[in-house]
Amino acid sequence: MSRLAVPKTYKLYIGGAFPRSESGRTYEVVSSSGAFLANAAKASRKDARDAIVAARAAVPAWAGATAYNRGQVLYRIAELLEGRRGQFIAEIEEAEGVSRAAASAQVDESVDRWVWYAGWSDKFAQVAGNANPVAGPYFNISVPEPTGVVAIVAPQDSSLLGLVSAVAPALVAGNAVVVVASERFPLSAISLAEVLATSDVPKGVVNVLTGAPAEIAPWLASHADVNALDLVGAADLDWISLEIEAADTLKRVLRPESGPDAAAPALGRISAFTETKTVWHTKSLR
Amino acid sequence: MSGTSLVTARERALAVLGGEPDDATLRRYLHGIAGVDAVGLEQRAAGLGTRSIKTTSKRRALDTIISLIDLTTLEGADTPGKVRSLVAKAVNPDPADATTPRVAAVCVYGDMVPFAVDALGAAHGDPDAGLISVAAVATAFPSGRASLDVKLADTAEAVAAGADEIDMVIDRGAFLAGRYGLVFDQIAAVKEACRRPDGSSASLKVILETGELATYDNVRRASWLAILAGGDFIKTSTGKVQPAATLPVTLLMLEVVRDWHLATGQRIGVKPAGGIRASKDAIKYLVTVAETVGEEWLQPHLFRFGASSLLNDVLLQRQKMSTGHYSGADYVTID
Repeated sequence: MSRLAVPKTYKLYIGGAFPRSESGRTYEVVSSSGAFLANAAKASRKDARDAIVAARAAVPAWAGATAYNRGQVLYRIAELLEGRRGQFIAEIEEAEGVSRAAASAQVDESVDRWVWYAGWSDKFAQVAGNANPVAGPYFNISVPEPTGVVAIVAPQDSSLLGLVSAVAPALVAGNAVVVVASERFPLSAISLAEVLATSDVPKGVVNVLTGAPAEIAPWLASHADVNALDLVGAADLDWISLEIEAADTLKRVLRPESGPDAAAPALGRISAFTETKTVWHTKSLR
Repeated sequence: MSGTSLVTARERALAVLGGEPDDATLRRYLHGIAGVDAVGLEQRAAGLGTRSIKTTSKRRALDTIISLIDLTTLEGADTPGKVRSLVAKAVNPDPADATTPRVAAVCVYGDMVPFAVDALGAAHGDPDAGLISVAAVATAFPSGRASLDVKLADTAEAVAAGADEIDMVIDRGAFLAGRYGLVFDQIAAVKEACRRPDGSSASLKVILETGELATYDNVRRASWLAILAGGDFIKTSTGKVQPAATLPVTLLMLEVVRDWHLATGQRIGVKPAGGIRASKDAIKYLVTVAETVGEEWLQPHLFRFGASSLLNDVLLQRQKMSTGHYSGADYVTID
């Protein structure tokens, strides 16, 4: 007896829920050979706005969690990702038209990168921060603090690895993230959102939008409640205009990167989304 | 200030009731009012909430909302400083945009009235003239559990300190126990206490606390009772009880106001308060008012929003409309 196919509805991931686009729009996602794969939600500016509201609400608790706890939560994402390897490999094979071995390597690399960044969570402050020598009986300590809401245009030429490489470092310091997934390969991004939803990441800490970055990115760049903008996947957009718009509200901006080394793991991607707070404290006097 | 004199209000009530306003007469009258179709009411309210208000209409709606707000602080932790900063915000809601209208009134506890009046200075007056009124909650707000003497003293003190409007709470316990005569007499007595020595009178808003009245039928009866006893405004809630203002309850109260206007020609105000935080929700109320009693009611003497955080959301929406990009909480004051 033949079974009816049960195709999956790919939706957005905003505030811990999976809504359809407010606009009701979808677009067709096709494989590398042009075959229909699924309909993905095409996010509008209002979805972006809702995502930013959700992210802003999530910042205090995520930024206030201990670095150790954040590391544990991030590591757990890697654990769950590992458990769903099969699904991701199949998705990447189909969407990107690569060999099983290549898809498998991409998933491995993604998991390893989560683990790598998770490990930095309670260690990067030791490297990025400092105890400054001062001419007086004071401790003078600089510590990196999360900047707040980070909007990301994910690398466009990769299903999973690019997304992970951009999202994970922004989370490490305690930022909340709104990410626009690859327009051509959005399905793994939503599957990753399912992993996030079932791991211990608080709702709103990561929000995933699918659709046209060219349409959504300007709204993220100009939004006054976004603190930083990662344009790593925006090489094909008018990213100079985005940078100018971001400057109006003094956002931190990372510029586009392309090629196989785009968004390579680096401590710089973590510290890019931090603000250095320096405090003075008296040394004990006797 | 609007405000009917007590004598005419009482005469009108006697004429409508056909007898002295005692428990039995009021009970006969209030229980004779047709029951509320709850499903129909909620459906109608939901329908009114689906209108799409965009661009220039939205711009006008946002400005209307601001001009109808009673900017409120009713916390145990209120200080003269907090009231002064509230007043500063009421006078100049968005310092970056001089076209922003002022709110209708500031609403504070009775003992904070002198500070509000002092902080307002020349800006104190009738909202129709672009000035800001001072509203005070009185009568043992929010519970209303005090003797009548205490309630009257509370009211008289706020009026003497310069309050233009008094927000009183009804005795919900007495109402639910069916002692309508007592509730009527208390409202009438507070109305009398709103008088100033020069013969004018502070406007009286009667808080029904619909969240404690349990049924729509009770809300309708309490609305009639408050209007019969001489209230100039009927107000949904104190904001201290959940649920506070909801669209169906406000629609129901507006219907009573409409019926009263048809019957007597007198215009009564309505004030939803508590829980209205988003501009989108506030716009639904504007639509409901316009569709139920008419656009004429969209003025400070006939409709108010009791709110604190609503103003910030409206300002963010206004900023979005004037700058073209979304604004954030860093661009409005912290309440």
